[in-house]
Amino acid sequence: MQTPKILTVSEITKQIKGLIQQFEGVWIEGEVSNFVPHSSGHMYFSLKDEKSVIRAAFFKNANQHLKFKIQDGMKVVVHGNVDLYEKSGQYQVIVDNMEPKGLGMLQLRFEQLKEQLKKEGLFDQARKRKLPILPKKIGVITSPTGAVIRDILNVLQRRFPNIHVVLNPVKVQGDGAAEEVAEAIKYMNEDGSFDVLIVGRGGGSLEDLWAFNEEVVARAIFSSKIPVVSAVGHEIDFTIADFVADLRAPTPSAAAELVIANKTDLIEKIRAYEVRLTNDLTNKYQTYKEKLDWIRKSGLAMGLKRTLEIFKERISNAAKSPAFLRPKEKISQLKQEVDEYESKLAITIGHFLENRRNEIKVLQGKVESLNPLKILERGYSVTLKLPEKKIIKSASELKKNDEIEVKFANGTINAMIK
Amino acid sequence: MSDKEMKFEVALTKLEEIVDKLESGDIGLDDSLKHYEDGMKLLKFCTAKLDEVEKKIEILVKDKGGKVTGTKTFKNDEDSDKLL
Repeated sequence: MQTPKILTVSEITKQIKGLIQQFEGVWIEGEVSNFVPHSSGHMYFSLKDEKSVIRAAFFKNANQHLKFKIQDGMKVVVHGNVDLYEKSGQYQVIVDNMEPKGLGMLQLRFEQLKEQLKKEGLFDQARKRKLPILPKKIGVITSPTGAVIRDILNVLQRRFPNIHVVLNPVKVQGDGAAEEVAEAIKYMNEDGSFDVLIVGRGGGSLEDLWAFNEEVVARAIFSSKIPVVSAVGHEIDFTIADFVADLRAPTPSAAAELVIANKTDLIEKIRAYEVRLTNDLTNKYQTYKEKLDWIRKSGLAMGLKRTLEIFKERISNAAKSPAFLRPKEKISQLKQEVDEYESKLAITIGHFLENRRNEIKVLQGKVESLNPLKILERGYSVTLKLPEKKIIKSASELKKNDEIEVKFANGTINAMIK
Repeated sequence: MSDKEMKFEVALTKLEEIVDKLESGDIGLDDSLKHYEDGMKLLKFCTAKLDEVEKKIEILVKDKGGKVTGTKTFKNDEDSDKLL
């Protein structure tokens, strides 16, 4: 009779471990569940299908290059070795590589980063800045070779011959490209002299454009104090950089068109303002001239007339006075009075003329100060009596039912006196 | 307003406001003249701005570590190999 061999737990575990370790370099497909990222950087989860579950460990040194985020429910394919953890007696897959199933890995990473940055508000429309119309200095971050920079420069120079462009040459694909682009954006910001940046590259595959889908580029664009125009690939290619940029141009040439207005258009626009500015005043110049003429001729005449009326009244009053009843006694008094009136009138007229002269001088000065573009007054109107079109200087010149024409700066109306 | 600090687009907007105000015709003579003078200043400013920038196409020069060491003129048709 053979005595059964008794094994210790460690012994049997060691034997089982040996068997299990034969599952080396296996590919396993399954759904992730109970995913726990540990603060140490290690990741623990289960892989399952309809019938079974297997524990999995994805250690830090293996998972640090993972391009996407693991989530429960995700279908994945893992590569690794099956091992037994003696302390718990559990077997598990030690994963050394993982790929998403179905969706390509880059696509998945793109979607995940897009989702994350969107949540963080990096794509918010509200933070998108307006581009300057007339940037003094334009920064272009792209490869110094190839069609992109050529297209951009051609368009920029065609639109605005005297332009200041600085190219920051960067690698636009391959290892380190994203970091170079991000660094360039930072550099241009630190420089402080740029008004707008174009960041881009030509078309290519998702892999070729990848640098512009990297988080580091997205963050650099987001942090940029200078408005950024993205111009990556062709019209149909959308990158993360496009979502974060202040403006997305469908192509590099389009980016160049967006960053600077056409100089000829601007010149025309300014000229149009000049025409409006002067036309408006010039159109009213005639009215102003009429006002001046009115003051020169009629205003002065009216002033004199009024003074003469006062004088006449005084004379007629004087005629009724006792001086005429007793001429001999009062004649000299009257003469003296007339002399006084005369000198008063002379002074009054003198003052009047002086005042009118000053007024005219002021008005003339205003007109002349704005020559040669001619000026215009505002807020005055001229009333003419119809049908003879006589300029009306006093309300007393009009009576009920008279027809008048009133000239305003920008038109005339006809009216009747009530 | 300081001409040095003012941006072209700000000047253009101000100019538009002035023209609109003048054309609305409901301001007094003194204001009108003032606006006109301001408008002419802005016009001069905008026109000057258009020619202010000198044409310059440059490329940053970097050392092997990627650090910018200076700038030089960038020729559009320059042999691409020389630039790398």
